[in-house]
Amino acid sequence: MAAPGKLKKTFRDPLGKNNPVFAQILGICSTLAVTNKLENTVIMSLGVLFTTSLSGLTISLIRKWIPARVRMMVETLIIASFVIIVDITLRAYMPEVWQQLGPYVGLIITNCIIMGRAEAFALNNPPGLSLVDGIASGIGYSYVLIVIAFFRELLGTGEVWGFTVLGSWWTNWSIMIMPPGAFFMLAIFIWFVKGMIIKEEEAAK
Amino acid sequence: MTASSIAIFFAAIFTNNILLSNYLGMCSFLSVSREIKTSVGLGVAVIFVMASTSALNWLVYNYILLPFGLEYLRFIVFIIVIAAFVQLVEMVIERVSEVLYAALGIFLPLITVNCAILGVSLFMVIREYSLLESFTFGLGSGIGWFLAIMAMAGIRQKLKRARIPHGLEGAGITLIITGMMALAFMGFSGMLPIG
Repeated sequence: MAAPGKLKKTFRDPLGKNNPVFAQILGICSTLAVTNKLENTVIMSLGVLFTTSLSGLTISLIRKWIPARVRMMVETLIIASFVIIVDITLRAYMPEVWQQLGPYVGLIITNCIIMGRAEAFALNNPPGLSLVDGIASGIGYSYVLIVIAFFRELLGTGEVWGFTVLGSWWTNWSIMIMPPGAFFMLAIFIWFVKGMIIKEEEAAK
Repeated sequence: MTASSIAIFFAAIFTNNILLSNYLGMCSFLSVSREIKTSVGLGVAVIFVMASTSALNWLVYNYILLPFGLEYLRFIVFIIVIAAFVQLVEMVIERVSEVLYAALGIFLPLITVNCAILGVSLFMVIREYSLLESFTFGLGSGIGWFLAIMAMAGIRQKLKRARIPHGLEGAGITLIITGMMALAFMGFSGMLPIG
């Protein structure tokens, strides 16, 4: 088992400084596409969390037997298998959400976060650590999505999770639930976080 | 039949732009759009691969997966078809034309992981297009993506000389501009409905 220090760092990095979404700008296709409703976002996040953690574990377990030349293909196949599990589970138990998410569930396969973690981490690290890394990356991805979805749904429809929060005095900013709103919201989020990081660095000096 | 294909073609370029209204292909869009020259190379490669793989995947889906009841395997199969096709094209180009290979070669491997390519194939299944419709949808989506990345590369060249708030540099400002482009493209909506 890895030293506790490394384990902690592995877990903490993707949540803050090395966040896959706002620091590495990975996997933003789905960040933008599914965040117009909080409920869909949470389910999508769970799917991604499931896939990142288990694919990290699997790839790490068999990393010594994967030939270097075809490793991308092997990784893709492993990831795709887990995505299929997510897809058929959603289809069976939550058909409505499945229909709304449409092709974006399948597109978890090409979500660069998962591939990136597999390439950068799971191929060179023991299974336990890779599992932790996968879970942390998944959580790092999820909380950004959930924050963005919260604001988009609130401003766009005056609701949170389908419940009306802002009263009838609120005029819906329908732009927020349409594509441009997604781009603006993510940009503002990145701006906010980067601003804080810059401030911290200046304070450290 | 042909009329609907033409409508789908234009809708995929303007009203339902794969990048600006479906958010697909953002990763390579953000990282490659720094220069016009590389954007053109990647854009052309995307158009070609998208049009061909959507038709190929349609054939595979309707003649192999559906008859055997294997629809749930479509993710894996589509990805394999795309990867194999890209590999094949790379080898052919390398043999046939060195100039073309130098221009497009490095972009082809990138394309396999471009989510827009897989996205087009998945949309085609969900919307139940015919073969011709799938092909024109793929072609239109590719051209739409090409348009978007070209416009962005042009704007980013000018942007180098602009003063941008510190925290917005890089990805932030690119996203805001993309948002504005999406706003502009929303002006087309209602012209051609698609669904």
